[in-house]
Amino acid sequence: MAQVSSVADEQPPNPLSTTKSILLRISRFNPEFDETNKFMEFTVSYEKWTTVLEAILDVKKHHDHSVAVRYSCRQATCGSCGMLINGKPRLACFTKISELDSNVVTVEPMNNFPVIRDLAVKFERLFDTHHKIKPYLINEDSEVDSDEKEFLQTPKEVENFIQFANCIKCGLCNSACPTMTTDSSFVGPQALAQAYRYVADSRDKGKDSRLDIIDESHGIWRCHFAGSCSQVCPKGVDPAMGIQFLRGYLLGFRS
Amino acid sequence: MKESTIMKIHYGTALASVGLVAVHILMRLTTGFSDSLSYENVLANYRSVPYVIMLELILILLAVHGFNGLRVILLELKQGRVYEKAVSYGVVIGMIALIGYGSRTIIMTNMGMV
Repeated sequence: MAQVSSVADEQPPNPLSTTKSILLRISRFNPEFDETNKFMEFTVSYEKWTTVLEAILDVKKHHDHSVAVRYSCRQATCGSCGMLINGKPRLACFTKISELDSNVVTVEPMNNFPVIRDLAVKFERLFDTHHKIKPYLINEDSEVDSDEKEFLQTPKEVENFIQFANCIKCGLCNSACPTMTTDSSFVGPQALAQAYRYVADSRDKGKDSRLDIIDESHGIWRCHFAGSCSQVCPKGVDPAMGIQFLRGYLLGFRS
Repeated sequence: MKESTIMKIHYGTALASVGLVAVHILMRLTTGFSDSLSYENVLANYRSVPYVIMLELILILLAVHGFNGLRVILLELKQGRVYEKAVSYGVVIGMIALIGYGSRTIIMTNMGMV
């Protein structure tokens, strides 16, 4: 009888379904009450297209709604869901579980950012340093007033900075940077890459003021060129290269 | 002083030191390494004015480069206005003291006071 019942319970094989499960370990930490973080473990099923963010949201929906995580667009555009996934800074919405090649997925808040709670971190330092380098075009002429109506650029001029314009301010580069860990005043790879983005823009006239801002004791010279910022960028920006180009300006190799 | 100026000095002193230390090491090979370090030989080196100038230059270059390197390490280790000022003044004092003491040794030996 039992055998009959078990056969009746069996689901017909679905050739499209590849459902597997992983152990999702989520770092839990509330700075108001906890001294150290602790990990909570959840078994989560996933398909080959399931992202880490979807797994975390599944935990929030079905197991523990109190897990704190910041997210918005779910398509690697807003830069909200940066976290350490199996020890590496990544966007949770841009990381498929199947790509991690592991039965255990550990998620923690990003390094070098103060934790608000669980996986959510404060971005004040990143936004402050980003704002400090004047992330906008400095030009006395206006596209509105000018006779030409717009500042024309050749494709080559655009190529000089366009990859750096892809930055989504997710903070993964700052999280991966070893100097950010030890130097709390370091301007960081995100802001330096953005400084280069505007310095290299042919429409911008604020090169000297930006170079002055980053040319200080906790500025560009504290970069050790570890290159980890470029490795973790989900948008293909190469902050380490931008930093070297900026150094070229300061050392007189570029003008 | 601007940080870029300091770092230009830092890189310049490193490159110059490599060149001069290479000459210094090659000079050891002229008489055989162990002989070149004998007491009389070392004193003779100090009495040669061109060699003494080179030693003085190496001393200055390495002191400037080394103490600035120490400043950079200490600034990355800890931050704070008072601390950073103390580090900056401290390394300048250390640099001057080392160059002063080394120069004293070089000059006294050159003048036959040792």
